[in-house]
Amino acid sequence: MLNLFFPKKTTVIVGLEIGTAKVAAVVGEVTDGGGVNVIGIGQCPSRGVRKGEVVNAEHAAEDVRNAIVEAEKSADVEIASVYLGVTGGHLTSLNTHGVFTSVSLDHEISQQDVNEVLANAKVFNRPSENYVLHSVRQHFTVNGQAGIVDPIGMLGENLEVDMHVIHGVTTRLQNHMRVVAGLNLEVEQTVFSGLCSALALLDNEQKHIGALVVDIGAGTTEYVIYAEGVIKHTGVIAVGGDHVTNDLSYGLRMAPARAALLMREHGAATLDGVADQTLTLTSENGFPDRRVDLHDLRRIMVARLEETFQLIDSEIGELGFHDQLRAGVCLCGGGARIRGIEKLAENVFGLPATLGRANAVGGLRSASDDPELATAVGLVKYGAMRQKGNQSTGLVGKIKGFAGSLGLF
Amino acid sequence: MTSTETNSTVAPARKQLTIKVFGVGGCGGNVVSQIHRMGFGGVQMIVLNTDSQALAQCPLPYKFNLGLTLNGGLGAGGDPERGRAAAQEDEARLRELCTGADMVFICAGLGGGTGTGAGPVLARVAKECGALALAFVTLPFDCEGARRMRQARLGLEEFKAAADGVICLPNQKVFKLIDENTSVIETFTTTNELLAQGVRGIWQLVTRPGFINLDFADLCAVVRDRHSESSFANAEAVGPHRAKEVVEKLFANPLLDGGAALGEADALLVSLMGGPSLTMAEVNRVMDQINRQCENAHLIMGAAIEEALGDRLTVTLVASRRPSHAADLPQAADVEKAEPAPAARGGSDFDTLGSAMVAKPVARSAAASPALEKVAVAVAESDAVGAAPVVATRTWRSRKKAKAVHPELGLETVTTGPFQHSEPTRHNGVNLDVPTFVRRGMPMN
Repeated sequence: MLNLFFPKKTTVIVGLEIGTAKVAAVVGEVTDGGGVNVIGIGQCPSRGVRKGEVVNAEHAAEDVRNAIVEAEKSADVEIASVYLGVTGGHLTSLNTHGVFTSVSLDHEISQQDVNEVLANAKVFNRPSENYVLHSVRQHFTVNGQAGIVDPIGMLGENLEVDMHVIHGVTTRLQNHMRVVAGLNLEVEQTVFSGLCSALALLDNEQKHIGALVVDIGAGTTEYVIYAEGVIKHTGVIAVGGDHVTNDLSYGLRMAPARAALLMREHGAATLDGVADQTLTLTSENGFPDRRVDLHDLRRIMVARLEETFQLIDSEIGELGFHDQLRAGVCLCGGGARIRGIEKLAENVFGLPATLGRANAVGGLRSASDDPELATAVGLVKYGAMRQKGNQSTGLVGKIKGFAGSLGLF
Repeated sequence: MTSTETNSTVAPARKQLTIKVFGVGGCGGNVVSQIHRMGFGGVQMIVLNTDSQALAQCPLPYKFNLGLTLNGGLGAGGDPERGRAAAQEDEARLRELCTGADMVFICAGLGGGTGTGAGPVLARVAKECGALALAFVTLPFDCEGARRMRQARLGLEEFKAAADGVICLPNQKVFKLIDENTSVIETFTTTNELLAQGVRGIWQLVTRPGFINLDFADLCAVVRDRHSESSFANAEAVGPHRAKEVVEKLFANPLLDGGAALGEADALLVSLMGGPSLTMAEVNRVMDQINRQCENAHLIMGAAIEEALGDRLTVTLVASRRPSHAADLPQAADVEKAEPAPAARGGSDFDTLGSAMVAKPVARSAAASPALEKVAVAVAESDAVGAAPVVATRTWRSRKKAKAVHPELGLETVTTGPFQHSEPTRHNGVNLDVPTFVRRGMPMN
């Protein structure tokens, strides 16, 4: 009960992901050393979401409530606010470039100059109904010298900055927030799910030598490219595990629920050693029902997963990121549970692929081991990073950060 | 008729093509002024308005005040009926203006009085004078109110019945081109510029001889009978990667809904124009990308060399989608009921029914100049059989025609299963919701 009177709002961080397959809430706390410990998890199967977007607010609200209640019980805290993960096929990302010529006499770059150049980079042509979810700075260039992280105090006039901007249709983003707000929970910030997964999975070294994170969810597949310590590219494809299930259900002519079960039991992303094997399915009554060619099942799965990877691969190929991904590919999300998926990813991308583990946090082992929880864990990590930033910048910084998150500047 | 034949017979006559650009109403006047500012030699530009004050502000030499006795030069007051009456009053004068023109572009903003009412009358008169009439119209912003939108829709139907082709720019789409800080003036300048670009692009496309030629018949094949959904875009790029960039710019164009319009288009006209350095590989690259976007469309392409372009490459694209007839037909019927159709429009009234099309070009070619007859014959050919035959007679395009004939299989709705009711996931025009093994044609045991 103590928690009711002294809600640990400042130290407890909750990440909430309203996914297509499940709603996950992860509660974390910031330790004295600045690390993050997961202290509670709540999950609930999701019914009101399709392709990562809320289509039935009533069902979604109920599922979120269940997940939050479970998380509260498990962590023994009162949850008042959450960091919310969002995704969807409508999200678009692009890299922008800002230029600013400083006019100060001493040629020293000040905070004000940096603010100006950042503001310039945020001006780009986007549809008026879109909302900027993130604008992440990449690197500054001072008088032609590229790759500068913090230009304040350096000498120079021509300041340039590269930014990565993610934006999406405002109304579709608000659907998620409405669901959460309806439960009297405060949304601290909405964060792109793919970004969170990358935060949870990658350590600093991987971010520097370059890595691709692919989060294969039920409704959508997100991917994020980190290189030189910054986000280089992000994207969403509205194809996920549900599509694999649907393909199977269509190809093998069975109900989706049964196809999903079959995929979990016999599915794999490889064709090795399945030639001429058949499975005998039993009906509800326990009698032998029909036979399914295992080879067909695998081929359907491989075709879909391979295509999804190929779409991502051609995208990063076009942008020329292949050489920069020296740490390889990190897989997470429910799709990462499919057997042999890392082999398939290795073949398609031509890079070493691993199943990602959420190494960035401590606490409950089940949280960091579960590839499906990567996004929610990443949200906690994101929240911790933001709070740390806010504490150091003080009140003014907080207001600025808040206004910035609303896209005012 | 092969493409070389078109070149040799029509090319000498091309130089004598007389083109007139009419701006009807306030918006039309602005667009024509814009075209004038952009420098557009060789055509006569005429501004028509019922409002003498607006007319006085227009910098162009050729102006005409419609319905001076009827409205006293005070405008049509947003009433299409008065606009129409004014135009009918001065029909003799309009006929005079249109006489001798081979091609008439009509620019108008729909929703008001003059553009909506007088525009279709002008289109009809122009056609009766033997000219090919092509209308460029805007639909009002949503915020201008439902009444204006309704008037505009009715006006559009009338335009479709009266003109040979209608290219329509819904202003609402321009919102995607502007940001929060764009002023009202700039916004309207943007729409005017877009229309002006449209006129200019089409004009170049039809008049300039190219090494892969396009003529008015090609244009007609694309816009005719589909016009309510015709959209237009152009893009320009410079540098070594211009072929790639120009396609990217084109697909990013909000007027094409970020490339989505291409996937849904069923007829497409693409015109490439570049300096002498334009390579076949570049043409190939651009067309390859566009082809991939719209596999089912009836595609017509042209390429031309323009010395003045230097190392720039411009692509002009007109995409048409067949209107959903269920939605359009009753509306069209309403128009016919609401006011008695002018006598001369009798032939084209059947337009929406898809029959009696042959009557149209025949009537026109009787009045047309000999040079024009070639074009008119091409139209007649295509009219007689349907949408594709212009292409069918040209050997090098026959491959594309084969694509055009394939209708989309009804299979798709069956196979998307649970995703049927959600937004389809499209990538390069492919619906990813359809199982991969179906799309790849993998046989199952």
